[in-house]
Order: sequence, then C-alpha cells, then structure tokens
Amino acid sequence: MPEPDPRSQLPAVQHLVVRYAKRGKMRFASHRDVARAFERGVRRAGLPIAYSAGFSPHPKISYAGGAPTGVASEAEYLSLALTARQAETQVCQRLDAALPDGIDVIEVTDLDPQGQGGAGGRAALPYAGGTGGSSPRASTALHLEASEWRVVLPGVSPAAAEQAVASFLTLGEAPVERLTDKGVRCLDARAAVVDMTVIDADEIPVDPDGGQRVATTGHKDCAMIRMVVLHTAPAVRPEDILTALRDGSGIAASSPPLTTRLAQGSRALLTGETRS
Amino acid sequence: MPVESVFPRLEPLLPRVRKPIQYVGGEVGSVVKDWDAADVRWALCYPDAYEVGLPNQGIQILYEVLNERDGVLAERTYTVWPDLEGLMRETGVPQFTVDAHRPVSAFDVLGVSFATEMAYTNLLTVLDLAGIPLFSSERSAGHPLVIAGGHAAFNPEPIADFLDVVVLGDGEQAVLAITDVIREWKRTGQPGGRDGLLLWLARVAYVPRFYDVSYHPDGTISKIVPNRPGVPATVSKYTVMDLDAWPYPRAPIVPVAETVHERYSVEIFRGCTRGCRFCQAGMITRPVRERSITTIGSMVAAGVAATGFDEVGLLSLSSADHSEINEIAVDLADCYQGTNIGLSLPSTRVDAFNVTLADELSRNGRRSGLTFAPEGGSERLRKVINKMVTEEDLIRTVTTAYASGWRQVKLYFMCGLPTETDADVLAIAQLARRVIAAGREAAGRRDIRCTVSIGGFVPKPHTPFQWAAQCEPEVVDARLRALGGALRADRAYGKAIGYRYHDGRPGQIEGLLSRGDRRVGRVILAAWRDGARFDGWSEHFSYERWLRSAESALVGEPVGLAWYTTRERDYSEVLPWDHLDAGLDRDWLWQDWQDSIAPEGAAEVEDCRWTPCYECGVCSTMGTEIQVGPTGVRLDGRRLLPVVVGR
Repeated sequence: MPEPDPRSQLPAVQHLVVRYAKRGKMRFASHRDVARAFERGVRRAGLPIAYSAGFSPHPKISYAGGAPTGVASEAEYLSLALTARQAETQVCQRLDAALPDGIDVIEVTDLDPQGQGGAGGRAALPYAGGTGGSSPRASTALHLEASEWRVVLPGVSPAAAEQAVASFLTLGEAPVERLTDKGVRCLDARAAVVDMTVIDADEIPVDPDGGQRVATTGHKDCAMIRMVVLHTAPAVRPEDILTALRDGSGIAASSPPLTTRLAQGSRALLTGETRS
Repeated sequence: MPVESVFPRLEPLLPRVRKPIQYVGGEVGSVVKDWDAADVRWALCYPDAYEVGLPNQGIQILYEVLNERDGVLAERTYTVWPDLEGLMRETGVPQFTVDAHRPVSAFDVLGVSFATEMAYTNLLTVLDLAGIPLFSSERSAGHPLVIAGGHAAFNPEPIADFLDVVVLGDGEQAVLAITDVIREWKRTGQPGGRDGLLLWLARVAYVPRFYDVSYHPDGTISKIVPNRPGVPATVSKYTVMDLDAWPYPRAPIVPVAETVHERYSVEIFRGCTRGCRFCQAGMITRPVRERSITTIGSMVAAGVAATGFDEVGLLSLSSADHSEINEIAVDLADCYQGTNIGLSLPSTRVDAFNVTLADELSRNGRRSGLTFAPEGGSERLRKVINKMVTEEDLIRTVTTAYASGWRQVKLYFMCGLPTETDADVLAIAQLARRVIAAGREAAGRRDIRCTVSIGGFVPKPHTPFQWAAQCEPEVVDARLRALGGALRADRAYGKAIGYRYHDGRPGQIEGLLSRGDRRVGRVILAAWRDGARFDGWSEHFSYERWLRSAESALVGEPVGLAWYTTRERDYSEVLPWDHLDAGLDRDWLWQDWQDSIAPEGAAEVEDCRWTPCYECGVCSTMGTEIQVGPTGVRLDGRRLLPVVVGR
C-alpha cells in the first residue's frame, strides 16, 4: 500500500513582517528557541498560519538573521504567511500576548496591504535588495544591510573606551579569531564597522524588563559604545569587535558585556547618511 | 522575611555556560506568586537537567495542584549542569528556582521527584548548592523539609539519611495533605520544632528517621521498626481514585529551551495489570484507573489551546488498553484533521490492533516508525516474564505495520532476565530476520527497517523479581556482543537491521541503588564526593568511580556491590522496603516469582481487568478498585453503543 497522500494546505493570502524584541532574560534564547516560541505563539494566538506542503508540514515563518544567544534586541524581524487576511494591529496584540514576556512584538506590517500579490507573494523575507511592489515603508525597513548595536562594558571607563574606539577606527584591518562549532574562524572586525562612538549613560532608554540594568549597577565605571556594523558573510558579531578592542587597546569588561541590537536597516538609514 | 531574587548574581554567569536559557524561567504557563501571601511554599525539584525535567508530568501536575490553592506557592528547580555548578560555587550563588529565582533554602519544602535511581547523586548536588545539610539529622527548623516521591522513591532506603519525608504513590492528594500539616504546625506556633512537625507528618507519609534498621551478622536485615510511639509499623502508598476529578496538567509549562518531549501529554489511565514480572511501574501503580473519554477530550482541547503544542501524547503504561481507545483515537483524529496537530500513543503492546490505532492517529502524517516491546527473545523467556506474545503475534503485528505503510519497526528487549541463556538472546537475531523477511513480502519493497534495542535488566523492589539475582555485567555484555555478531552475520539482512544496546555496567549500579538499604547511602555520598553527577548520562557516568566508592564506603561490612546485585534473596530475608506498602501481598509476589522460574515452565498470570481477581492484594489492602469503561460516550457528544475493542 502506498504512503498516504501529503496533506493539501490552504494557500497563503497575506504576508506580514513582524518586528520583535528579545529583552531581559529572554536574550538567552537561541534562534531555535525563538523560532519554537513563535510557532507555538501563532497557534496559541489562533492566527491562520499557512503550512508548507509535504509529509511533515511546517508553519510558514521565515526569520531574518537573529541576534546571537545572550544578546538582546529591539529589532528582530520575521515574516508570517497567513491563509486569511488579518488586521496588523490585531496580529500584533494577539501574538504579543501569546509569547513569553521578553519576546515582545513591537510592530506588524503588511507587505502588500492591498492584497494584490506582488511582493506579498513571497514567503521569505527580502534581505538587502529590491523589494518589488511592496509599500515604501516596508521597503525601507527591510533593507537589512546593517545593524546598530549598543554595548555596555561594565568596569571600563568612558575615557578608556574613547581612546580604544579612536584607535580602532584608524586601523586598516582588525583580524580576530572566534571559536565556532566548525573550528577557529578568522574575521576582519574592522571591515564591517561603518560607525562607532562612545555614548553617555543618559542616552540609554530604560530597559522595559529591567533585567540588564541590574547587572550594570554597582560598577563605578561603565562605558557604552554604539556601533553600526554591516551584515557581512561570514557575519562579524559585536563580540568580535569587542575582541578587537581588547586586543588593540586592552579594554576588557569586568563582567560580561551587555549587548543590544537597537535597529536594523540600510547602511544609510543607520548612519544617518543621505537616505536612498 | 523578604526573599531576594538571586538573578542579579546569576545573570553575569549565564553568558559563560552552555544553554543558559534553561536557567531563566519566564515560560508560558509558569507562575510567580506573592511570597508573603503564601504560608506554605514548595520548591519542586526534578533532579536532572531542565531539558529532561521540565516535561515531567509529575512535577507539572503538582505545580498546578499547589499553585491553584490560595496561600500555597510552588516554584521549580532542576539540577544545573556541571559548568554552571562550578561557577555557582565560585561566586556563591545558591540553588535557585527558575520561576522567581528565589533561593531554595528559603522554601518550606524541597519536594524531589525521582523517576530513576540514577538521579540520587543529583539530589546531593541540589542540597549542597542550596546550603541545606546533606543529612536529615543535621537540619534544623530553618531548613526546608526534603521530601521525595516518584517511582524511584518506593525504595528510598539508599537515600533515607538525606531525606526528611517520603511519599509513596500518587502525589496529588499527598502534597495537599502535607501542606495542611505544615500550615497547621506553623499556625499553632511550630509545636515540637522540626521533630514535632516530622512526627505529625509520620501520620501521612514515611519519615525514615523514625525507623531503626538492625542487621544480622551476615549483613541481611534483622528488622525495621519504628523508634517512636505513634509511628506506624508500615507506610502505605497514596492512590488517586478518580482521575476525572484531577484533570492535571491543564496548562502545562511551555519551555522556551529545547526539551526531550515537546508535546501536550494527557494520562489516559493510571496503573497497569498486565502483570509483566519485571515491571515496577505495573506493580506499584495498581489498580487500573481510567480517565473518561470526555475528560480526555476536554483536557486535550484546553491543553492544546493553552500551550500551542502541535503534538498530543496519550500517555499511560500501555495506552492501547484503555477500554475506549478506539473511540478516543478516531474522535481525536476527526477533531484535529486538517489542523496540523499530531497525535501519538507512546506505549503500545505487540498487537495488530495497535497498528490500526497508529494508522488512525497518523492519518495525515508520515508513517515513519512504530515501537513494540517483546522484551524477551524467546517464547520461553517471554513466559518467564509474563509478557505473553507469541512469535506469530509479533510477525502478524509487524506485517500489518509494514503493509500499512510504516517503514521502520523498533523492537525493545531486555538482557539478563531470570533463567535467561545465551540461546534466548541469540533468538532475537532469528526473530529480527523473520520480521524483515515478512515485512519485505508484506510491503512489497526492500527498504524497510527493523531496529533491535536492548538493555540490561535491573530487578526492582515491589516486583516478583525483587528476589532475583541480577545478571553479572560481564555476562550481559558478552550476550550483547554475541547478539550484535549474529545480527550482522547474514548479509541479506545486514543493513535492514539496526542494533542499539546499553552495556551492562550502568545497570549494575542502578541495581545497587534500586535494591539497596541504608548502608548504600554511604556509597552514594562517597561517589558524589568523588565527582558523580548526572549518572543517568553515559558521558558523565563512571563505573570505576562507583566501584571505588562501593569499596571504600562499605569497608568492614559483610556486604558489597555483588551482595546487593547478583545475589538471589530467599523468602525469609527482610527486604529493605518491606515496611513500605504498595499494597502487593508479599506471598502473592513470592508465588509469582516461584511460578516464573518453575522447572516445568512459567505459569501465566492473566489481566484482572478481564479475568477474575487473583488477589495480588492491592485493592483489598488499599481499599481501591479497578475503574474502567466503556462509558459509551463519543467526543462529539453523540451517544453510541459501546464498541467492542479488539484485543
């Protein structure tokens, strides 16, 4: 007897881009952890999620490169394919309520609000590159060429950080090694950095979850660095840049640095240069 | 007294450990209650890693039962992996709960659920990290009560010195009874201090320190007697008699971290009377108590909605034995058709009917693998263990499976069963080849597979085999090697037959911990001090460490590792758990043991669900009775005539 026929699935009629945050304790969730949470979250929220065809159907959710485990984010992106059209604000509220605190939905955008196909027909997230017929807003938001990061370095004085940043920016290249599952990987940390400054504590918004602020209290010195890093392949992570700062200027945090992705978008948008 | 979260101190350690998400809590379904509004506070512990402990049904049930009560608070704690343990010791961070990161030492109770004896060393890690003295005798009024439960606490004697209280049997009512005693003791000004509380608790549970154990010169136990007036000579297990009145877990915790089981599980019945002589679970959970089809249906509907899981597990010791399993399977499959929710039946017997059920449950999905447990390789041996499966049954079952599209069949066996010979184990190879040959014919294709999975048998307390000599690990290993050779011998089947086995040495240590007495506590302590952690994990287990520890801790005693494991006991010997009553009549167990090894061949015991009572003793002693359907109710509400289920 042949195997049963693969389930026929309802077609996707709406594609939504979800911007979400990974905050506080939930910054320790890995990409896979976040993906499982969303799969369960869309079911708990009762959203009409589309499934892939085949013998083991999967919910159609595609993720843009997630912040590393241990790194918080205010700007993670994924897209959902739905089999029935939903209001963006409804999806935002219901999905946020169905997720664990700390994985928080910030904004939901319809890629093709008129439902005329075009960009909405894609299941995957468009990375850098043209976004065809989608709305200007989504197009801008989804030029995910670079990320803006904020790194809190407990035990490092702002003056030392200023010096380290200045000397890093003069470098032509900054080779660093990172231990990965596949062995030691060599990267140029400098090449990916398009902007880097030391910022004041006052510039830091209150973390809604409070988690990270607790760990920074009690340190006399606490430097904060803001940087814009291009999405390269292989990816240069904030930790690689911190390695380069340590190697170059000897600054090292007295307890683990607290890193947050503040935004993702085009290089021009994040550096405040001329908008394209 | 304010209790502060340890999270600010834990947080800087987390970037330095593997899988930090296991330690942060915050899961959907987790509960943080107001500390000061509660007068009895439980820290529920599963003494293994979070990824194993989180899905544990027992903990999930008790967490809900306790947190539903006003004035009661329950949080969870698990054994941390050695990397975090090292950092916690370095920085002085104590054992914490994952819910509110409160120190475990601040709770009234540390309740530990043991599914396996191999977790005993992890108990010591938890106690030590919590700052709770390891020995019950060294604790004072300010320390939490350390209470054990679970199947592996039915003989708690090896860890008796580390425990204050032990609960036998079902936990739902027991935790509430204990809560009431603690509340009353606190309300009345803690009369008698800790000792006074334990005396009160000795009325509702087992308090090991109130029993003295004395030994004969040959090392056997002379007697176990209460050392205080008012303490009962034997302690009985708890039995929940109406599973419909205890529909837990309703909304289990949904982990963010990856765990071993990712599904909503509902227990469709508790207990099993198939009478497999090796099976401790089937002996200590009697009688069979079914949950009704309507409660199962509403639990599944609410559980799936609350959790967002895409798989539902219908749990029990032998799920196809529910009197309305056919209706449950068909109705649930109907309900969830087209929803991408999968259904599974984890424990099934070798029976063609089970294939039909599995077909039903997997209506829309891939038919990848089915698992059956014949346990013994030869028919003679299966009679010894009272697992009555003929070779023809097995071939018929797997043929049905392959014919309906299943590609892989897994067969579970045990090695080292009483009366077993090399030939009994080698018969497994023969059987596997017949399975493949019949399967290829039935499926009309060659790419079907059969995996033989086999592990060493460990005799368990409260079973007919509690008197048996455990097979030497060397003999187990030799038989496993010989079986591997026999399975690979015939090229025509080579790739179609997979082979997985567990070597015999961890089984011998499990045997020591399973049937040990209080003297074994010294071995556990020595092994733990020597670094034993996560003994259930092959990458952490060290046989040499346990040999060393047994040697040094039992020096000067007439007993040792072999005495506890490979020695057969006789009728008159006092067993370490004889004062702990699972309801089974000792003479019935002994007769069943004798029947199994009778030279003329083992006598069969039927299932009391469909044959007259054979007086195992449980129902008469415990005041319980079998509770089975059918109810005749269907899940969509239509009342149908009861359907006769093929057996």
